[in-house]
Amino acid sequence: MSLTPDELAAVVARDIPPHSYVNLGIGQPTKVADHLDADAGIVLHTENGMLNMGPAATGDQVDPDLTNAGKVPVTELPGASYFHHADSFLMMRGGHLDVCVLGAFQVSAAGDLANWHTGAPDAIPAVGGAMDLAIGAKQVFVMMTLFDKKGRPKLVPACTYPLTGLRCVSRVYSDLAIIDVGPDSAKVRETFGVTVEELRKRLDVPLT
Amino acid sequence: MIAESVDEAVAGIEDGSTVLVGGFGFAGMPFDLIDGLIRQGATDLTIVSNNAGNGDVGLAALLKAGRVRKVICSFPRQSDSYVFDELYRAGRIELEVVPQGNLAERMRAAGAGIGAFFCPTGVGTPLAEGKETRTIDGRDYVLEYPIKGDVALISAHRADGMGNLVYRKTARNFGPVMATAATRTIVQVTEVVSTGGLDPEAVVTPGIFVDRVVRVEARNYTVQGAR
Repeated sequence: MSLTPDELAAVVARDIPPHSYVNLGIGQPTKVADHLDADAGIVLHTENGMLNMGPAATGDQVDPDLTNAGKVPVTELPGASYFHHADSFLMMRGGHLDVCVLGAFQVSAAGDLANWHTGAPDAIPAVGGAMDLAIGAKQVFVMMTLFDKKGRPKLVPACTYPLTGLRCVSRVYSDLAIIDVGPDSAKVRETFGVTVEELRKRLDVPLT
Repeated sequence: MIAESVDEAVAGIEDGSTVLVGGFGFAGMPFDLIDGLIRQGATDLTIVSNNAGNGDVGLAALLKAGRVRKVICSFPRQSDSYVFDELYRAGRIELEVVPQGNLAERMRAAGAGIGAFFCPTGVGTPLAEGKETRTIDGRDYVLEYPIKGDVALISAHRADGMGNLVYRKTARNFGPVMATAATRTIVQVTEVVSTGGLDPEAVVTPGIFVDRVVRVEARNYTVQGAR
């Protein structure tokens, strides 16, 4: 069986090493936080200036001065710290984060990422921290469905959407397979309800 | 240093100014100073901020009043950015989209007296088109220039009589960087303490970067939900 979004989030969480500093992108990747082992010492970074971010705030916990990158109210865990935006992005760009998990429109077999702009002429471009995150963390995991709603592959020989970063993705976590990408091309690590042979037929990317 | 009113604090902002506006969404948004700027009347402004306004308040109200010629930001498009969206689609406002870290670092460079810097963010993407690139130690970089403000409008938590500032939680965001990057930095706070009333070890923005402080009432602004 292919993975549900929650199951996929659990699989990503399983692969994050203990004591990592991690940034979870807006949208699907945020769900990974729900599956992290609370005793593993994993520290979440949010681009708007905080380390050791806690879960979403509820009720009286809601504080308008404390939000995540999606501008949703969150909480702080013991040992949290706050810092300004230049320091926050220095943590990404300077390679201080161990893992970041991002969504994507497309990933190329070589690890190029397209996740900020569909290229539609009437779309208002908005990049946020996507480009900084893509090139900064030691490992960049992408979490996405392997095919779009029209059945077209999102793991592609070359991205057709505007790029977010070149050769920056290390691994794709999808509903059908976990696939390492990079200079040595795509390597399937694990499949869910599908065989590698079936994936080869549906993807225009050589798989090993 | 301490202004008696918001109107006094924002007096003298000239038409055509580049105004750095703090905040990440509503957190750290200097609502009262922006309202003061609307009353003050300066127009043809270039606004540098992470977003391009939310709802009808703060930055969105300034845009709606027709005072802004250009927005330099990282993330204009949001579920409640309808004021900006309409102006943009009507061709009535210019937009420069900058990766969020570059936005911060370009202002940091301005405040630090750095003439330009090579940055790996955006290499090979549409946002680096036409920009000078260089390979250093095998890695590719794009040349980025500082963004300097004529004025910075920021919100902090507490100030003393020297203009030293402390912030609160993630409302800090762009404040400390913008404070360094403008010719004139104007700060709204909810509390002013006497000089000596802040722990020097805890000061985030030293008063040298601050020109004017005004105390405002704490505002119970609506928290946005998920986008």
